[in-house]
Amino acid sequence: MSTELDRLAKALKAAKPGENPDRKAEILALARKKFDAAQETAVQPRPIHKPTQNASGIWTGVINMFRSINLRPALYATTALGVGGLAVILTIPLIDRPYGQFDVADMPAPVELKAVPKDEYAGRTRTDSALAPAPVPQKQLKENILLDGSALSDNKVKKRDLAAKTAAKPQSVVTVTPNNQPTVFAESEASGVLSRAIESDRLATMSQSIVDPETSILPNPDASGETFANETPNPLKIVTDEPVSTFSIDVDTASYAYVRSAIQGGSLPAAAAVRIEEMINYFPYNYPTPDMSKAPFSTQVSVFQTPWNKNTKLLHIGIQGAKPEIDNRPPLNLVFLIDTSGSMNSANKLPLLKQSFRLLLNSLRPSDKIAIVTYAGSAGTVLQPTAASEKDKILNSLEHLSAGGSTAGQAGLRQAYALAETMQSDNSVGRILLATDGDFNVGISNPEELKSFVEEKRNSGVYLSVFGFGRGNYRDDMMQTLAQNGNGVAAYIDTLSEAQKVMVDQVSGALFPIANDVKIQVEFNPDLIAEYRLIGYETRALNREDFNNDAVDAGEIGAGHTVTAIYEITPVGSPAIKNDALRYKKRTVSSDTPNEYGFLKLRYKLPGETKSKLITTPIAAVSTEPGQEARFAAAIAGFGQLLTKSKYLGDWDMQQNIALANASKGDDLFGYRAEAIQLMRLANSLK
Amino acid sequence: MRMERSDEILVNRAQAGDAVAFGQLLERHYDMILRLGYRMLGSQSLAEELAQDVCCALPKKLGSFRGDAKFTTWLYRVTINAAKDILRKQKSRETAQQGWGDMFEMQQHDASEKAQDRAWLAQAMNSLPTDLHETLILTLTEDMSHAQAADVLGVPTGTISWRVSEAKKHLRALAQAEEAYP
Repeated sequence: MSTELDRLAKALKAAKPGENPDRKAEILALARKKFDAAQETAVQPRPIHKPTQNASGIWTGVINMFRSINLRPALYATTALGVGGLAVILTIPLIDRPYGQFDVADMPAPVELKAVPKDEYAGRTRTDSALAPAPVPQKQLKENILLDGSALSDNKVKKRDLAAKTAAKPQSVVTVTPNNQPTVFAESEASGVLSRAIESDRLATMSQSIVDPETSILPNPDASGETFANETPNPLKIVTDEPVSTFSIDVDTASYAYVRSAIQGGSLPAAAAVRIEEMINYFPYNYPTPDMSKAPFSTQVSVFQTPWNKNTKLLHIGIQGAKPEIDNRPPLNLVFLIDTSGSMNSANKLPLLKQSFRLLLNSLRPSDKIAIVTYAGSAGTVLQPTAASEKDKILNSLEHLSAGGSTAGQAGLRQAYALAETMQSDNSVGRILLATDGDFNVGISNPEELKSFVEEKRNSGVYLSVFGFGRGNYRDDMMQTLAQNGNGVAAYIDTLSEAQKVMVDQVSGALFPIANDVKIQVEFNPDLIAEYRLIGYETRALNREDFNNDAVDAGEIGAGHTVTAIYEITPVGSPAIKNDALRYKKRTVSSDTPNEYGFLKLRYKLPGETKSKLITTPIAAVSTEPGQEARFAAAIAGFGQLLTKSKYLGDWDMQQNIALANASKGDDLFGYRAEAIQLMRLANSLK
Repeated sequence: MRMERSDEILVNRAQAGDAVAFGQLLERHYDMILRLGYRMLGSQSLAEELAQDVCCALPKKLGSFRGDAKFTTWLYRVTINAAKDILRKQKSRETAQQGWGDMFEMQQHDASEKAQDRAWLAQAMNSLPTDLHETLILTLTEDMSHAQAADVLGVPTGTISWRVSEAKKHLRALAQAEEAYP
């Protein structure tokens, strides 16, 4: 062998992937879900099992006998009783078999299942591994859940507390500690092997001792201390009482990435962490491109039947920002404001942040300028404004950042704004990119104070984007406050591919505002619409009078951004109307109202202007076949509402929602939608 | 009598819908998938992406496994094909980092011998065409015979031998270039 080949062999062998037990567990769990899902949809008949060793003849006979029966319900009903007793005798001595070892190489199913490998869930802190992957008949499962009562009711109490808190103080911040989640894994449809019934028998007897809140799985052991900003879901409004609905647009996406990271980590996100509009707006939609001579964005309105309620309709509003003219964009002045406090010191924070900014750096121009400010204990300028062409210098400063100390967020912000103001020149766009886990524990730590500071600074013309990293003490409320009031966007970055999406693919949108303070106001026609409800946008609600008040701040649209808002509307006379008509209310039916469900008004300011412009669109009273983009948006709205356990969904379930999303996936060039569908499946199995 | 159940038995079971058997198969082969992916793609995150792709596709793919080849041979083939898919995808995304290129850049600043070894490796891997690349990984690090590698890659054994000698030439040329411009 040549020496070069030897050298290559040695080097290649030395190149080993790092161990990442969490990621491994996540991938294996995903694959198991896939497997279970495949069993549900598997087309019969299954391949007949052929023993390859001399298995015990009696068992083979019994198995074959049950295999040949196709009627699953009958099978459960009859075999659970008959075989349960046998199984008890057979299984007890086998429970503690080591991994992958069996008495007979190919023992029949019932016995094997008892000998579940101990480290089936290696890497997780689960003690009841035998419980996990075996599908259990529904009937048995209920019993099992009942026996798990202690853990479950604990959790229910928590949830109720949470709901009460949220209801009592809609502005308040809810802290969620996702411990004691009941982890009922075995819920998929039984796959028709006789052993399942026996397994559940054992489950029933074991579950009481197994489920111990202290030792059972804690999906995100470091997830405590996270706070979220959300309000109670928008209630149903009666058109005759409140015909006008006003809100600010929102192009943030942080909530979706957060929800994804929670679900992939094996737990459902707290309802307070789910902001449906951010989930919907995470996805690029292919809305018509705007006619730049009229407005920097296009507005598309459609009405179609609600997927989850045949007696209501969805009003879908799609806004498409003009695509950026990349070639002659104005130069950018960027100040990276990087949190280097001690809490940033984990792989998914500072290191990921550095990688993310490297990605961003690659897509900048020589005429762009960059400065870096860090804060930890005290704030400091690490890199004076430097042209993006001096890549080495910038990368070098980035590389030398390290985490330590507490977080002086306020001082850092002040310094970043000051620096950004010195960098401003004609027709350049200034923006601060704040990267943090949101833990501002020195200086301003009150979101209200921080809000007024950022509000005051907003007028200097510098935008503020917030990138959230890591979990543990992620302060979502803080990030929201900053981005919403700093004329900017907030995104949550949990993986390098998310960084790719946020920083590079959509960097033009995030960095070039094309319209500021975009507000939406819809007036509903009481002659045709009885009730309505805005799905999401709870944190973005505006007062009716704020719409025409240019002093009131609202969201911005960046180049190429799409924004989607969905109302569920109930037509007059629909059986779905929830509120009875009032006996004493004066109701005037005007004969000359046009045939419109409502009237859509949009206000926006062009960048640098202080006076807003108005766009109006009547909403014709016609239902259409929804387009693919609108249907997918509806599916994401459905997903978000399922996660928040919305009471307006009736018996709509995740399976139906998955079917809806699947049917409207479209080209999905970047795979974002496929990923969302995968998340729905995963969430469905976590319930 | 205790014995480890063979892959083939587990596959058989998994095809019949046995989730436990499927789980065991995954546990048993995950490390191989990740390792192979890492050496093909040169990046941890891409290797994990690959592992996820392969593991999640397995439930479906298993249906097409007929037992004509050894399960591991088949799984190697599935993994390598999936890795090539990722490489293709990477290439079509202009802004994306190329796996080994990324690593090369990361290691350059580090002067330690190990880091330099890896930088050299990244450079070598980058300069090798994909078919030589996968051939070398199978023969050098998975200790396969040329016949076994041929089986996995679905080419004649002679092709593997030819590729190995091509790779030698290639590496020698690289070494000479290195001497000429250190």
